[in-house]
Amino acid sequence: MPTIRVQTEDFDVGAEIARLHAGNPKVGAVASFVGLCRDVNEGDAVATMTLEHYPGMTEKALAGIVDEAMARWSIMDVTVVHRVGEMKPTDQIVLVVIAGAHRGEAFAACEFIMDYLKTRAPFWKKEQTAEGARWVDARATDDDSAARWSAGEKSAA
Amino acid sequence: MVRILYFAKLREDLGKSAEDLDLPGDVASVAALRSHLMARGGAWATALAQGKALRVAVNHDMADAATPIKAGDEVAFFPPVTGG
Repeated sequence: MPTIRVQTEDFDVGAEIARLHAGNPKVGAVASFVGLCRDVNEGDAVATMTLEHYPGMTEKALAGIVDEAMARWSIMDVTVVHRVGEMKPTDQIVLVVIAGAHRGEAFAACEFIMDYLKTRAPFWKKEQTAEGARWVDARATDDDSAARWSAGEKSAA
Repeated sequence: MVRILYFAKLREDLGKSAEDLDLPGDVASVAALRSHLMARGGAWATALAQGKALRVAVNHDMADAATPIKAGDEVAFFPPVTGG
Protein backbone atom coordinates (compact mmCIF):
# COMPACT_ATOMS: atom_id res chain seq x y z
CA MET A 1 0.00 0.00 0.00
CA PRO A 2 1.52 3.33 -1.03
CA THR A 3 2.01 5.92 1.70
CA ILE A 4 1.27 9.56 0.83
CA ARG A 5 1.64 12.30 3.40
CA VAL A 6 1.46 16.10 3.29
CA GLN A 7 2.82 17.52 6.54
CA THR A 8 4.53 20.48 8.15
CA GLU A 9 6.97 18.29 10.15
CA ASP A 10 10.34 17.14 8.86
CA PHE A 11 10.81 13.47 7.85
CA ASP A 12 13.44 10.83 8.59
CA VAL A 13 14.72 9.42 5.27
CA GLY A 14 16.38 6.38 6.85
CA ALA A 15 13.26 5.47 8.79
CA GLU A 16 11.04 5.87 5.72
CA ILE A 17 13.33 3.65 3.62
CA ALA A 18 13.55 1.01 6.35
CA ARG A 19 9.77 0.97 6.79
CA LEU A 20 9.12 0.56 3.07
CA HIS A 21 10.98 -2.74 2.75
CA ALA A 22 10.76 -4.05 6.32
CA GLY A 23 10.00 -7.77 6.38
CA ASN A 24 9.73 -8.05 2.60
CA PRO A 25 12.51 -10.28 1.20
CA LYS A 26 11.21 -9.78 -2.34
CA VAL A 27 12.54 -6.21 -2.38
CA GLY A 28 15.93 -6.07 -4.07
CA ALA A 29 16.14 -2.35 -4.79
CA VAL A 30 15.10 0.85 -3.07
CA ALA A 31 15.45 4.14 -4.96
CA SER A 32 14.87 7.43 -3.19
CA PHE A 33 14.86 11.14 -3.96
CA VAL A 34 15.04 14.01 -1.46
CA GLY A 35 14.34 17.60 -2.54
CA LEU A 36 15.94 20.31 -0.41
CA CYS A 37 15.43 24.03 0.14
CA ARG A 38 18.35 25.96 -1.43
CA ASP A 39 19.75 29.28 -0.23
CA VAL A 40 19.77 30.90 -3.65
CA ASN A 41 17.30 31.11 -6.56
CA GLU A 42 17.41 33.26 -9.70
CA GLY A 43 20.58 34.87 -8.32
CA ASP A 44 19.06 36.09 -5.04
CA ALA A 45 19.68 34.86 -1.51
CA VAL A 46 16.65 33.06 -0.10
CA ALA A 47 16.09 33.50 3.65
CA THR A 48 12.99 31.33 4.04
CA MET A 49 10.44 29.66 1.82
CA THR A 50 6.75 29.06 2.39
CA LEU A 51 4.94 26.21 0.68
CA GLU A 52 1.20 26.48 0.14
CA HIS A 53 -1.01 23.68 -1.15
CA TYR A 54 -4.60 22.84 -2.02
CA PRO A 55 -5.81 20.48 0.73
CA GLY A 56 -7.93 17.72 -0.72
CA MET A 57 -6.68 18.05 -4.27
CA THR A 58 -3.03 17.61 -3.27
CA GLU A 59 -3.60 14.17 -1.79
CA LYS A 60 -5.76 13.12 -4.73
CA ALA A 61 -3.21 14.34 -7.29
CA LEU A 62 -0.34 12.56 -5.54
CA ALA A 63 -2.36 9.35 -5.25
CA GLY A 64 -3.11 9.51 -8.98
CA ILE A 65 0.57 9.98 -9.84
CA VAL A 66 1.61 7.07 -7.60
CA ASP A 67 -1.11 4.83 -9.08
CA GLU A 68 0.14 5.61 -12.56
CA ALA A 69 3.73 4.78 -11.57
CA MET A 70 2.63 1.46 -10.05
CA ALA A 71 0.72 0.62 -13.23
CA ARG A 72 3.64 1.50 -15.52
CA TRP A 73 6.50 -0.16 -13.66
CA SER A 74 6.86 -3.41 -11.80
CA ILE A 75 7.42 -1.95 -8.34
CA MET A 76 6.16 -3.09 -4.96
CA ASP A 77 5.62 -0.04 -2.83
CA VAL A 78 5.93 3.74 -2.80
CA THR A 79 6.23 6.47 -0.17
CA VAL A 80 5.74 10.15 -0.99
CA VAL A 81 6.09 12.80 1.73
CA HIS A 82 5.77 16.49 0.88
CA ARG A 83 6.15 19.24 3.46
CA VAL A 84 4.16 22.49 3.55
CA GLY A 85 4.54 25.64 5.60
CA GLU A 86 7.72 27.57 6.26
CA MET A 87 11.15 26.12 5.45
CA LYS A 88 14.70 27.42 5.47
CA PRO A 89 17.74 26.56 3.34
CA THR A 90 19.04 22.99 3.90
CA ASP A 91 15.59 21.82 5.06
CA GLN A 92 14.11 18.75 3.42
CA ILE A 93 11.01 19.49 1.29
CA VAL A 94 10.00 16.29 -0.48
CA LEU A 95 10.74 12.58 -0.31
CA VAL A 96 9.96 9.83 -2.83
CA VAL A 97 10.93 6.23 -2.04
CA ILE A 98 10.34 3.27 -4.37
CA ALA A 99 10.76 -0.39 -3.40
CA GLY A 100 11.03 -2.96 -6.16
CA ALA A 101 12.79 -6.11 -7.25
CA HIS A 102 15.33 -4.40 -9.50
CA ARG A 103 16.94 -0.97 -9.69
CA GLY A 104 15.93 -0.03 -13.25
CA GLU A 105 12.22 0.08 -12.57
CA ALA A 106 12.75 1.69 -9.15
CA PHE A 107 14.90 4.51 -10.57
CA ALA A 108 12.48 5.16 -13.44
CA ALA A 109 9.39 5.21 -11.22
CA CYS A 110 11.10 7.56 -8.76
CA GLU A 111 12.03 10.03 -11.52
CA PHE A 112 8.57 9.79 -13.07
CA ILE A 113 6.84 10.58 -9.77
CA MET A 114 9.04 13.65 -9.19
CA ASP A 115 8.55 14.92 -12.76
CA TYR A 116 4.76 14.58 -12.50
CA LEU A 117 4.64 15.96 -8.96
CA LYS A 118 6.43 19.11 -10.09
CA THR A 119 3.91 19.81 -12.85
CA ARG A 120 0.63 18.33 -11.53
CA ALA A 121 0.48 18.46 -7.74
CA PRO A 122 -0.97 21.75 -6.40
CA PHE A 123 1.93 23.16 -4.37
CA TRP A 124 3.27 26.73 -4.64
CA LYS A 125 6.51 28.16 -3.27
CA LYS A 126 6.94 31.70 -2.03
CA GLU A 127 10.45 32.91 -1.22
CA GLN A 128 11.53 35.58 1.23
CA THR A 129 14.58 37.43 -0.10
CA ALA A 130 16.34 40.65 0.88
CA GLU A 131 14.27 42.35 -1.85
CA GLY A 132 11.00 41.09 -0.36
CA ALA A 133 8.68 38.15 -0.89
CA ARG A 134 8.06 36.64 -4.31
CA TRP A 135 6.23 33.64 -5.74
CA VAL A 136 8.44 31.16 -7.55
CA ASP A 137 7.67 30.94 -11.27
CA ALA A 138 7.02 27.56 -12.88
CA ARG A 139 9.82 26.40 -15.15
CA ALA A 140 9.35 25.32 -18.75
CA THR A 141 12.07 22.71 -18.17
CA ASP A 142 9.77 21.01 -15.64
CA ASP A 143 7.08 20.70 -18.31
CA ASP A 144 9.69 19.24 -20.67
CA SER A 145 10.74 16.71 -18.02
CA ALA A 146 7.14 15.60 -17.46
CA ALA A 147 6.48 15.39 -21.21
CA ARG A 148 9.24 12.78 -21.58
CA TRP A 149 6.93 10.24 -19.98
CA SER A 150 4.08 10.76 -22.43
CA ALA A 151 1.89 7.76 -23.22
CA GLY A 152 3.62 4.76 -24.68
CA GLU A 153 7.12 5.53 -23.48
CA LYS A 154 8.26 3.41 -20.61
CA SER A 155 11.49 5.19 -19.77
CA ALA A 156 12.83 8.68 -20.22
CA ALA A 157 15.01 9.53 -23.21
CA MET B 1 -24.12 27.62 -6.25
CA VAL B 2 -20.47 26.73 -6.85
CA ARG B 3 -17.54 26.99 -4.46
CA ILE B 4 -14.62 28.90 -6.01
CA LEU B 5 -11.09 28.83 -4.56
CA TYR B 6 -8.03 30.93 -5.41
CA PHE B 7 -4.46 30.00 -4.52
CA ALA B 8 -0.96 31.47 -4.25
CA LYS B 9 -0.23 34.65 -6.24
CA LEU B 10 -3.73 34.67 -7.71
CA ARG B 11 -5.25 34.70 -4.20
CA GLU B 12 -3.07 37.68 -3.29
CA ASP B 13 -3.82 39.55 -6.51
CA LEU B 14 -7.57 39.09 -6.02
CA GLY B 15 -7.54 39.59 -2.25
CA LYS B 16 -9.80 36.57 -1.86
CA SER B 17 -9.22 32.89 -1.10
CA ALA B 18 -12.73 31.49 -1.53
CA GLU B 19 -16.30 32.42 -2.37
CA ASP B 20 -19.67 30.83 -3.07
CA LEU B 21 -21.34 32.02 -6.23
CA ASP B 22 -24.72 31.49 -7.86
CA LEU B 23 -24.01 31.13 -11.55
CA PRO B 24 -26.20 32.49 -14.35
CA GLY B 25 -27.58 29.72 -16.55
CA ASP B 26 -25.20 30.46 -19.39
CA VAL B 27 -22.10 30.02 -17.21
CA ALA B 28 -21.60 26.29 -17.57
CA SER B 29 -17.91 25.82 -18.35
CA VAL B 30 -14.52 26.82 -16.99
CA ALA B 31 -14.06 29.32 -19.84
CA ALA B 32 -17.46 30.90 -19.18
CA LEU B 33 -16.78 31.15 -15.45
CA ARG B 34 -13.43 32.82 -16.10
CA SER B 35 -15.12 35.39 -18.36
CA HIS B 36 -17.90 35.88 -15.79
CA LEU B 37 -15.32 36.65 -13.07
CA MET B 38 -13.27 38.90 -15.38
CA ALA B 39 -16.38 41.02 -15.97
CA ARG B 40 -15.99 42.27 -12.37
CA GLY B 41 -13.20 44.45 -13.74
CA GLY B 42 -10.18 45.75 -11.83
CA ALA B 43 -7.88 43.07 -10.43
CA TRP B 44 -10.28 40.39 -11.68
CA ALA B 45 -9.94 41.47 -15.30
CA THR B 46 -6.15 41.70 -14.96
CA ALA B 47 -5.38 38.57 -12.98
CA LEU B 48 -7.69 36.29 -14.98
CA ALA B 49 -6.93 37.80 -18.42
CA GLN B 50 -6.46 35.44 -21.34
CA GLY B 51 -2.78 34.79 -21.87
CA LYS B 52 -2.09 34.67 -18.12
CA ALA B 53 -0.67 31.29 -17.18
CA LEU B 54 -3.50 29.87 -15.09
CA ARG B 55 -4.50 26.38 -14.11
CA VAL B 56 -8.00 25.29 -13.16
CA ALA B 57 -9.24 22.30 -11.20
CA VAL B 58 -12.86 21.12 -11.00
CA ASN B 59 -13.69 18.89 -8.04
CA HIS B 60 -9.95 18.31 -7.36
CA ASP B 61 -9.12 17.19 -10.92
CA MET B 62 -7.13 19.31 -13.36
CA ALA B 63 -9.52 20.83 -15.87
CA ASP B 64 -9.36 22.86 -19.07
CA ALA B 65 -11.40 25.67 -20.63
CA ALA B 66 -14.05 23.29 -21.94
CA THR B 67 -14.63 21.40 -18.67
CA PRO B 68 -18.32 21.72 -17.69
CA ILE B 69 -19.34 23.29 -14.37
CA LYS B 70 -22.58 22.62 -12.51
CA ALA B 71 -24.12 23.55 -9.19
CA GLY B 72 -22.33 21.96 -6.25
CA ASP B 73 -18.93 21.86 -7.96
CA GLU B 74 -15.72 23.12 -6.39
CA VAL B 75 -13.67 25.12 -8.89
CA ALA B 76 -10.13 26.29 -8.14
CA PHE B 77 -8.03 28.81 -10.06
CA PHE B 78 -4.27 28.92 -9.48
CA PRO B 79 -0.90 29.65 -11.11
CA PRO B 80 1.21 26.82 -12.59
CA VAL B 81 2.39 24.64 -9.70
CA THR B 82 5.89 24.90 -8.20
CA GLY B 83 6.20 22.12 -5.61
CA GLY B 84 8.86 19.47 -5.22
